[in-house]
Amino acid sequence: MIGKKDLEHIGWLARLELSEEDKEKYAPKLNSILDYFGEIDKADTEGVEPLYHVLPMSNVFREDVPIKSLTQEEALSNAPKNQDGFIKAPRMM
Amino acid sequence: MYENPDGVMIGLEVHVQLNRLKTKVFCGCTTDYHSDPPNSHVCPVCLGLPGSLPVINKKAVEAAIKVGLALNCTVEEHTQFYRKNYYYPDLPKGFQITQYDFPISSGGYITIEGEDGEHRVGITRAHMEEDPGRLVHEGTIDKSKYTLIDYNRSGMALLEVVSEPDMRSPKEARRYLDKLRNILEYLDIFDGDLEGALRVDANISIKGGQRAEIKNISSHKGAERALLFEIVRQKNVLRRGGVVVQETRHFDEAREITLSMRSKEEAHDYRYFPEPDLVPLKISGWAPAIKATLPELPDARRLRFVEQYGIMDDHAKALTSELKFAIFYEDVAKKVDPKMAAVWVCDVLKGELNYRNLTIEAFKKEHILSVIDLLLNKKITEDGAVDIIRTLLDKGGSPFEIVKEKGLLKVEGDIVSTAAEEAIKENPRAVADYRAGKEKALNSLVGAVMKKTKGRADARTAREMLLDRLDKS
Ligand SMILES: [Zn+2]
Repeated sequence: MIGKKDLEHIGWLARLELSEEDKEKYAPKLNSILDYFGEIDKADTEGVEPLYHVLPMSNVFREDVPIKSLTQEEALSNAPKNQDGFIKAPRMM
Repeated sequence: MYENPDGVMIGLEVHVQLNRLKTKVFCGCTTDYHSDPPNSHVCPVCLGLPGSLPVINKKAVEAAIKVGLALNCTVEEHTQFYRKNYYYPDLPKGFQITQYDFPISSGGYITIEGEDGEHRVGITRAHMEEDPGRLVHEGTIDKSKYTLIDYNRSGMALLEVVSEPDMRSPKEARRYLDKLRNILEYLDIFDGDLEGALRVDANISIKGGQRAEIKNISSHKGAERALLFEIVRQKNVLRRGGVVVQETRHFDEAREITLSMRSKEEAHDYRYFPEPDLVPLKISGWAPAIKATLPELPDARRLRFVEQYGIMDDHAKALTSELKFAIFYEDVAKKVDPKMAAVWVCDVLKGELNYRNLTIEAFKKEHILSVIDLLLNKKITEDGAVDIIRTLLDKGGSPFEIVKEKGLLKVEGDIVSTAAEEAIKENPRAVADYRAGKEKALNSLVGAVMKKTKGRADARTAREMLLDRLDKS
């Protein structure tokens, strides 16, 4: 069961600010998702190979050949703030 | 047997940047960014822009296998990538592509010189991941208002080599790091001189306590210092009846201390899940072919040097502990007496280079050959040879010029003989002292001979000639 504490933790991990109202709303939704996984857990998987990846493929590679990168101007064009070629972000912690 | 009285257990996680590749691990941006402006080697993939898709660099996988094999690991049948989720500005996507329960190789070891002789340190695993970007803080990390980000480093191929907690002292940890770096250099997969090429996290515990993880160690010396500090800290906590808790600590390189990081940061909840954009790899079949191309590694070369050149094991060890030195020595040893070459390259040249903080590139092979040649032909004294090496390092030039300029040509025997005679005549007190049994008085007479010949006499010859005369009369 996902309680208020868990919800606050999940919110913090995603850096989402959740209002009391949000918490009321999301808790039952997340719990119903968890319940559904509970259903899946009941399936008998005896002798079934684990599925590691949804695509039935392996070994897709790229050669070690350089491509043209973006220019610094292009790279910075989506950043809200920049300084001396760096992207500027609020200080962490 | 090493007792390990404090029950010290150290395990290391070393991040190796595969910076000899031409491109990053999941995109074609070049790795050659070290002297370029920030954010000038980036693309939608390494900037984590929506809709971009990573594709793995085949050479990076080959390099990872190479390292795994050199560390005696098994290359796994099935390997795949995961997303490690955490929120920090050096990760533009909000997650790092790394490996989790299917690393590319595992179960190896490195042999180091331990506290009680040869010691084996287990390698738990070596897994692939992408490097985060570089953060620059204005002022100090805890006072700056902003974080500046350069994503040129973002997406560089990293190999994280995780050891077992098999090291029993900070010294062993340092030797492990030296050995690992040495092996990596031999494999030609990374340039250890580039910034950020090798980064270390250390786990350390002592008997009766939990382990601490120390982050932010950027040098081998730093690792040793951080661990030494940490052992003292943990022992003090226990002595005072406290509890050593499991925690992450930050190494402050300038102050040489470790500091506890805030608990919130510690609440790791990475929510690993398989990376849907990268399909699994089945590459264990590549191992035999790659193994066949592995170069001679340090331990093998050390043994060969002893056998092939008849040099002492200590010399062989010192010479092979740096690839460039090993190559330099071997080139020299092929042309002159290998034993003499070992003495002059290892004992003299290496010491003079270390003293000046220089690398072997600062000295020409032809020059050491000339110096050894001059010595073999008895043209110069050993002191003269050292003088030439020092002058070459400090001022440059050529050995022959230096010999001429400094007048280092060894003087003939009869000149030494005359000087010895004069020295005896001019220093009656020293002669009397010597005859009275004061052996040390002979040194001042040798000094007098050297002064008269301006240091060009061979000290041993001078001594013999003096003794000869003193004993006769
Ligand atoms: Zn890129």
